[in-house]
Amino acid sequence: MSATDTIPNSEAREPRFGFWRRSYAMLVKEFIQLRRDRVSFAMIIMLPVMQLTLFGYAINTTPRNLPTAVLMQEDSDLGRSILKAMENTAYFRFTREVHTVEEFDNLLQSGKVLFGVEIPRGFERAVRRGDKPALLVAADATDPVAAGSALSALGPLVQTALDHDLHTGDPPSMPFEIRTHARYNPAAESRLNIVPGLVGTILTMTMLIFTALSVTREIERGTMESLLSMPIKPVEVMFGKIIPYVLVGFIQATLIIGIGVLLFGVPILGSLTLLALLTTLFITTNLSIGYTFSTIVQNQLQAMQLSMMFFLPSILLSGFMFPFMGMPVWAQYIGEGLPLTHYVRIVRAIMLKGAVVQNLQYDTLALIALMLFAMTIAVTRFRRTLD
Amino acid sequence: MTDVHTNSHTNSAGIAIEVKGLSKSFSGRPVVRDLSMQVRRGSIYGFLGPNGSGKTTTIRMLCGLLTPDSGEGTCLGYDIRRDADKIKRKVGYMTQRFSLYQDLSVRENLEFVARLYGLPNAVAAAREMIARIGLKGREEQLAGNLSGGWKQRLALGACTLPNPQLLLLDEPTAGVDPKARRDFWNEIHALAADGLTVLVSTHYMDEAERCHEIAYIAYGNLLAHGTVDEVIAHSALSTYTVTGDLNGLSNELTSKPGIDMVAPFGTSLHVSGRDKAALEATIAPYRSNPRWHFEESEPSLEDVFIDLMNRSKDNFQ
Repeated sequence: MSATDTIPNSEAREPRFGFWRRSYAMLVKEFIQLRRDRVSFAMIIMLPVMQLTLFGYAINTTPRNLPTAVLMQEDSDLGRSILKAMENTAYFRFTREVHTVEEFDNLLQSGKVLFGVEIPRGFERAVRRGDKPALLVAADATDPVAAGSALSALGPLVQTALDHDLHTGDPPSMPFEIRTHARYNPAAESRLNIVPGLVGTILTMTMLIFTALSVTREIERGTMESLLSMPIKPVEVMFGKIIPYVLVGFIQATLIIGIGVLLFGVPILGSLTLLALLTTLFITTNLSIGYTFSTIVQNQLQAMQLSMMFFLPSILLSGFMFPFMGMPVWAQYIGEGLPLTHYVRIVRAIMLKGAVVQNLQYDTLALIALMLFAMTIAVTRFRRTLD
Repeated sequence: MTDVHTNSHTNSAGIAIEVKGLSKSFSGRPVVRDLSMQVRRGSIYGFLGPNGSGKTTTIRMLCGLLTPDSGEGTCLGYDIRRDADKIKRKVGYMTQRFSLYQDLSVRENLEFVARLYGLPNAVAAAREMIARIGLKGREEQLAGNLSGGWKQRLALGACTLPNPQLLLLDEPTAGVDPKARRDFWNEIHALAADGLTVLVSTHYMDEAERCHEIAYIAYGNLLAHGTVDEVIAHSALSTYTVTGDLNGLSNELTSKPGIDMVAPFGTSLHVSGRDKAALEATIAPYRSNPRWHFEESEPSLEDVFIDLMNRSKDNFQ
């Protein structure tokens, strides 16, 4: 064969429908690869179905049955009628009875109740005398959405209570008033509520991704084989991979909180040191969870999907976007398993309520528990061999 | 199975690797079958065999990266099942695929390894190794940007850095030019002279001949081991080298009785058979033909290996 006829003219020409043929070749290849990755394929189906059913049932923007504390300074029929009427609105659920003002304030500050009702001493007598005494309803207004609708239901309540107990026959003149006290965020500014929560949300997103890819990246790049042949233990790999990002996360947190304070005028009423410490704990917890993901998944795509699957409930079920107390109990249980839930409480409590460490014990311990749980799984899941 | 026993096995103190009956399957497919071997300390042990014969799997079992399904053994006196951590401290493993960090520089990679093994002065140790492997001037180059030969030198440097007693090299010279290969082997011999034991897998016959001892593994079975001469002598293969007008002769001889293998070597042809009498009977008419010149010769290592491979294929596939 001579050199001239090795390349016939027809071969040099562009094949017909070349664009579509080549695109088609690529498309077929992508489909094959997608089908091979079973986990990703499953997530494509599961992610939307799970998330939709989960959030569709869990989210409620007009929450009811909100935990309320009662401070009864006197035991009277009128007082009981008022409480009954409040409960009948379905917004309030009396979960605690306290005896001192201090206890009352503590419960609100630690977020264990959203409302507190105080019936003052000599209330009924004052009503009968026509002194128009005040009944105090204090609300934790850090989340204006949660508090708002319940407080607005208090208006017609007086009348209901009166119909029961006082037959004055002179409805327009109110014999007592309900004084509502929206604590921590009296102007009901949602940015005061959103900005601290955003600190946690942004940190969750960035921290999770940092470590979720760390182990899979070593495997995909082939460096894991070399690493495993060297004398390093799983715990050591984990700490080595997490600690640099604690610093990164800390810088990020400082930036977000700084902007929140300077640009949005969000106060930091509590201790800055406590905020820094618990933020670091939260960062570490998220990094541990991300790292755990990376020991479970097989490739970087799966790592991203799993992070997404964790991130969405974190936003929606943590109380960051929608009132936590308004969710059904099962959703609250899921929420308790998410670090963001605890951090949102912590960061709002410290910044807006000036909470001290005693108010935050439960959430702090929950974060520590979640962190240790994730680390334990990561260390046991980390494969020390290539089997 | 051809079993060539090396004549003198010293006491166990002189043994770097001793394994018995190692087996490993992946999802039901056996990769290594009942493999036993012994490597003397300070020797260069060549590990040969076709692709997929279980060389990498065996090496990984030796350094604790894979757990054998059955079998037992010691590596530097440590149990390969229980003492993987201790073995890792004293073994340098060079992977087949470059597995250092591509986005770290030469210096950073070496310092990482030095720190990981807890060398007293990681920076100095890395600097010395850079000089030793001739990468001076490239310290700050990213490992991923090095050429194949330099990557291989860096990888060898990284696995010798913590002063191991045993090197496991998995096809270290694949895709490396002849000059770099020769330098590499000179380095290996220098290391062995210092008392290091080296187990090296390769496809190259010239490299096999540079080893003190070799083992041939195919389809997960160890088929032969010993020195190069022992393996050749034990092959019981008779070979004739044919010169002359070779056109068509190869095809003509291939399927004839008594001839197990015909392989062209430049201007000559190697004709080999296990049964010398049958081979000679078959070639007799050709020998008398003046078109060709037949000369009895020693089979090359390659002849022996290809014969072993053909035979094991009959047995196991």
